Amino acid sequence: MTVTPDLDNRFRDAAARLGLLDAAFDVLESPLGELLVAATDRGLLRISYDPDPNVELERLARLAGSRVLRAPRAVDLVRRELDEYFDQRRSVFDLALDLRGLTSFSTQVLGELARVPYGHTATYGELAARAGRPGAARAVGTIMNRNPVPIVLPCHRIVGASGALVGYGGGLDRKERLLRLEGALLI
Amino acid sequence: MEAIPPFETFYEEHRSLVLAVLRKRLGRERADDAFQETFLRALAAYGRLRNAENLRAWVLTIAERVAIDTYRRIRPTADVPELSHEDARPAYEDLGELTDGLPATERAAVVLRYGYDLTYDQIAAALGSNATAARQAASAGVRRLRARSTP
Repeated sequence: MTVTPDLDNRFRDAAARLGLLDAAFDVLESPLGELLVAATDRGLLRISYDPDPNVELERLARLAGSRVLRAPRAVDLVRRELDEYFDQRRSVFDLALDLRGLTSFSTQVLGELARVPYGHTATYGELAARAGRPGAARAVGTIMNRNPVPIVLPCHRIVGASGALVGYGGGLDRKERLLRLEGALLI
Repeated sequence: MEAIPPFETFYEEHRSLVLAVLRKRLGRERADDAFQETFLRALAAYGRLRNAENLRAWVLTIAERVAIDTYRRIRPTADVPELSHEDARPAYEDLGELTDGLPATERAAVVLRYGYDLTYDQIAAALGSNATAARQAASAGVRRLRARSTP
C-alpha cells in the first residue's frame, strides 16, 4: 500500500509541529551537492556533505535521541538562509546552533571560528591562539575537520600558515568554491 | 538486545503495512487520519522503547487501538467489525475478541503481552506507563478473564 506524498507530509509536519522529534532533518540540493541538514528544538545540529542516510540517521539518533524524522518544514529557516548564502544575498547566518556533545575546547574554538568574517581567512595557528591555546594548530585542524555545521560555522575560512587551503572535511574543491563565492580568493 | 532504529527507519519500514491494515479496517477515507494518529502515538512512545524486537507487532497494536478508538468515536454503540476474510488469524486477533469488554488498559496489556509477546517494558512504552504498571494491568486482565470463564 503506497503512502501518498500528501499523507506522508501531513504526518511529518504534524510530528514536527507537535514537538515530538528529537531531531528533524531534510536533504537539500545546493551548488555543492546534496546537504543533509538536521535541527533540534535548540537549533541547527548538523550539516553533512554527501550524506549516506543510514550512517547519518544513526549518528543523529546517538547524538539527539531515536526520534529522528525527515521533516522538511522543520528546517525551512536553515534552507532559506543557506539558499540566500549561496545566492550571495547573505553573509552572516542568523541561526541558533545546537552544539551538544563537544568538548569545551572544541566549543571555544568553534565560538572563535564563528567570528571570522565573511570573505576573510585566518590560519589554524591564529584560531588556536584566539581560543587561548597558541601552538594547538593541529588540534584546531582536527576540530575544523569534525565541524558539525560546516558553511554556517565557516571552517572553510581557516587556512594553513602559508595561505594554502590545506584540507576540508567536504573536500578541498568545496573549500575553494566557498572562498571564491565569498570573494576571498581572487586568483 | 537490538538497538532501537532511528524513527525514520522504523516509519519507512512499517508505513505501507500500517496503511494497508487501517484501510481494511476503516475504509480509505478514515484510514488517512488513523494512519497519522497511529504514527504520532508511536512517536510519542518511541523514546521510551527499550528494545527493537517486535516493532512490527508493536505498531500494529497501536494501529488496532486507533481503529477501535475511531469506531467508538463514529459509532459509540457499534461492535468493532472483525476482518472476515483472513485465513490464518494471528493470536492477537483471537485475543482481541476474547478480551472484548475488559477495561482498556488491561485489554491492551493482555493483548500486547500474550498476543504479540511484547516485554513489559515495550508494553509500558506503548501505554505510556511503566513496566510494573503494565505487568499489573496484564495480570489484572488475566484474572478478570479467568473469573469470566469460570461458570
